[in-house]
Amino acid sequence: MNGAALLPLLVLWPLAGGLLALVAPRGVRFVLGAGTTGNLVLALSLAAALPAAGPFNHAVGGWGAPLGIALRADGLSTVLVLITAFVAPLLALHASAAYAGPERRYFTGLFLLCLAALNGLFVAGDLFNLYVTLELLGLSAVALAALGGGPTALAASLRYLLATLTGSLLYLLGVALLYRAAGTLDLAQLAGQGTGLPGGPLAFALMAAGLLLKAAVFPLHFWLPPAHANATPPVSAALSGLVVKAPLYLVLRLWLSIYDGAWPLVAELLAALGAAGVLWCSLQAVLQPRAKLLVAYSTVAQLGYLLIALALVPAAGLTAYGAFVLLLVSHVLAKAGLFLAVGNLARRARHDRIDGFERVVQHMPLSAGAIALAGVSLMGLPPSGGFSGKWLLLQAGIATGAWWLVGVVLLGGLLAAVYIFKLIEHTFGGSDRPDATALPRRMEWAALALGGSAVGLGFLGQPLLALLGGLP
Amino acid sequence: MTGQALYAVVGCALFCLGFHALVVAAHPLRRLLAVNVMGSSVFLVLVAGSAPGDPLPQALVITGIVVAVAATALGLNLLLRLSVPAADGESGGGESGNGRQPS
Repeated sequence: MNGAALLPLLVLWPLAGGLLALVAPRGVRFVLGAGTTGNLVLALSLAAALPAAGPFNHAVGGWGAPLGIALRADGLSTVLVLITAFVAPLLALHASAAYAGPERRYFTGLFLLCLAALNGLFVAGDLFNLYVTLELLGLSAVALAALGGGPTALAASLRYLLATLTGSLLYLLGVALLYRAAGTLDLAQLAGQGTGLPGGPLAFALMAAGLLLKAAVFPLHFWLPPAHANATPPVSAALSGLVVKAPLYLVLRLWLSIYDGAWPLVAELLAALGAAGVLWCSLQAVLQPRAKLLVAYSTVAQLGYLLIALALVPAAGLTAYGAFVLLLVSHVLAKAGLFLAVGNLARRARHDRIDGFERVVQHMPLSAGAIALAGVSLMGLPPSGGFSGKWLLLQAGIATGAWWLVGVVLLGGLLAAVYIFKLIEHTFGGSDRPDATALPRRMEWAALALGGSAVGLGFLGQPLLALLGGLP
Repeated sequence: MTGQALYAVVGCALFCLGFHALVVAAHPLRRLLAVNVMGSSVFLVLVAGSAPGDPLPQALVITGIVVAVAATALGLNLLLRLSVPAADGESGGGESGNGRQPS
């Protein structure tokens, strides 16, 4: 199929599935499976067509740039669509066993809407469509986080809603200023224009602040740990793995294309925020008594690495860009796997206090293995994807003379080792109690597949970077 | 032209006011309303910034209002569930995306 024709399908397919699941209560399990696997097929076709036919453009309904909806896919969009599509069926597999009754239906509908929003965001070609997809993503994510239903989860979701709405409005205010100055919202027409426009710097500051709030970057991460830790496991995995990455992708795209990576101060500020986030939130993760909170703080810490890589892109070029994408993809896989595995353990133990976890390696070998494999990638040990990403990040840091960064990356890796081993210590080891409750095996296999992929990514770095291509 | 500048300035002032309320207010309903004020102020700035007869900002604002209504409905639904004692915490799974009350 023609690559450009795939772009609207990538949005329409999950959107149709999500609406169907919310309207019709029957056959929800089939809709979830067909929605996510169909999306994977579409993403694979896009990735297969991209190297030959180059970046794709599609004007929806034949309406061109100023008024119509422009969809675009380059290497970066394709990689992100692909990784999202890879994770989604595994989360769906876990969810099909984790939920029952109306909860399964709500999860199916909201998760597929979330998938449509992510795909739409990755292929959107103008600033306003980006706003609409950001809002759709935020609203479906908040509703997913509230799926647990308890008062803590509801309060956390409300806080999440207020944070994500504020972030979107800051972004939209920046877009309004850009439109006032440039008279267009099209990303291609705005390319390289931002620095010269009146109000351009202010617009960037507003958009970046809003997006960093939505991405829960330190010190704007206050809403993330309660929202992600109190959600149900497949939701935590989707939120921590996929949803927070979308605004960061957008910061990269806006900064590099509209602003040409301008202003050294911006790069320094982003790097400083990233480094502070790595150190502070890794430390917070080490101190958490609850497993899901530990994993949530680890997410904020790992987002810090992404921010450092992002900050180095204008100076170090492709090396930092590759580091950003490899770290992003490996974190998606590792964090989704870790959240599913910890969720399995917590479901079996009926709580998520780390020191109260039974030693479950005999009863849940797959989940324990998933924690270990995801941990290898989060710590950045070879041969995992996390290692390849950190290796490129260190190269970029050394090439640009940012030696302090080497210290931050190494210290962050050590702290990650401390909190991962804290989890492993209470998971591995002989159990003296008989197996009380068995979980459906597919919940464990889903976690293990994600953790294993995070490690396996270490061997797939080159093809991934080849698909990525040059800077946007 | 001065009218447009006035609208833009009022929009920015409202945005700051809403943001202030969001940070200061303790009750979640007030904070939700503060976000609504911020949303309206952004729409004001969008319309004020357009050339006369330019249809694009109006289309954007209409879309934005629809999004804001959906978001407010979702927020109010969450608030309602929080304020009701945990009687139906069991069936409280469904916050449907459009903020509808599950029957």
